[in-house]
Amino acid sequence: MLKRMTPLLWFLFSAGGTVAALLFPVHVLVTGLLIPLGWIDAPGYDSVVSLVRHPLARLYLFVLISLPLFHGAHRFRYTLYDGLKLKHLHVPIVLICYGSALTGTVATGYFLWNFS
Amino acid sequence: MTTEARYSLYHPKWYRHPVSVWWWLSSWRFTKFVLRELTSVPVAIFSLLTLWQVRSLANGPEAYARFEAWMSTPLAIALNLLIFVAVLFHAQTWFHLAPKAMEVRLSGKRVPDLLIIVSNYIGWLVVSAVVAWLWLGR
Repeated sequence: MLKRMTPLLWFLFSAGGTVAALLFPVHVLVTGLLIPLGWIDAPGYDSVVSLVRHPLARLYLFVLISLPLFHGAHRFRYTLYDGLKLKHLHVPIVLICYGSALTGTVATGYFLWNFS
Repeated sequence: MTTEARYSLYHPKWYRHPVSVWWWLSSWRFTKFVLRELTSVPVAIFSLLTLWQVRSLANGPEAYARFEAWMSTPLAIALNLLIFVAVLFHAQTWFHLAPKAMEVRLSGKRVPDLLIIVSNYIGWLVVSAVVAWLWLGR
């Protein structure tokens, strides 16, 4: 089962890595640092909601959240294998890593699909 | 003669050099590799923060205000600073690995690595500017 999934997992890893590399720095800088520090004005609730109502914005957010989750899960799995030499625990590691990424993806899909 | 499997009495036992869990601290190259791989954790955390933002947007202005208030706490700022450094490190290593991971050919000739790396950075700057403009310039 896992063997058959391997190409898909590597695809999600590289797609998510590209999304994280291209888009995360600007998102962290704006949402996580500049706005909370008050260096730039936060867009109001209504304007953010109206932006997210657009189907393209929701698709964008889905890709932005979900793919890096799978990227992180896949990379962290191999970090545990090699870095901490935990390869013998591969069954729980695989279940926890991809299980969390899948849960996050389902939750993201749920909130974005029902967004009104 | 027996038909049983034949065992050699002195089968060599392979010597395996014991490797410590901290093997990657012995050289900066290894440490950098493990740190690069560990950027997966801040990346996943930021995905979850964004998921929380979406959820609080869906739950109304009060929930969104709570999200914004938490993001302004010193703990959140420190966390986001750490995430920012990790994500920059990830982006830099990712852009530099791209030509090694995939060979691009144009009319039979291999595109030089440097050209791919530079175009990665240019694309990154353009995309970042577009996102910042969409997010703030309204």
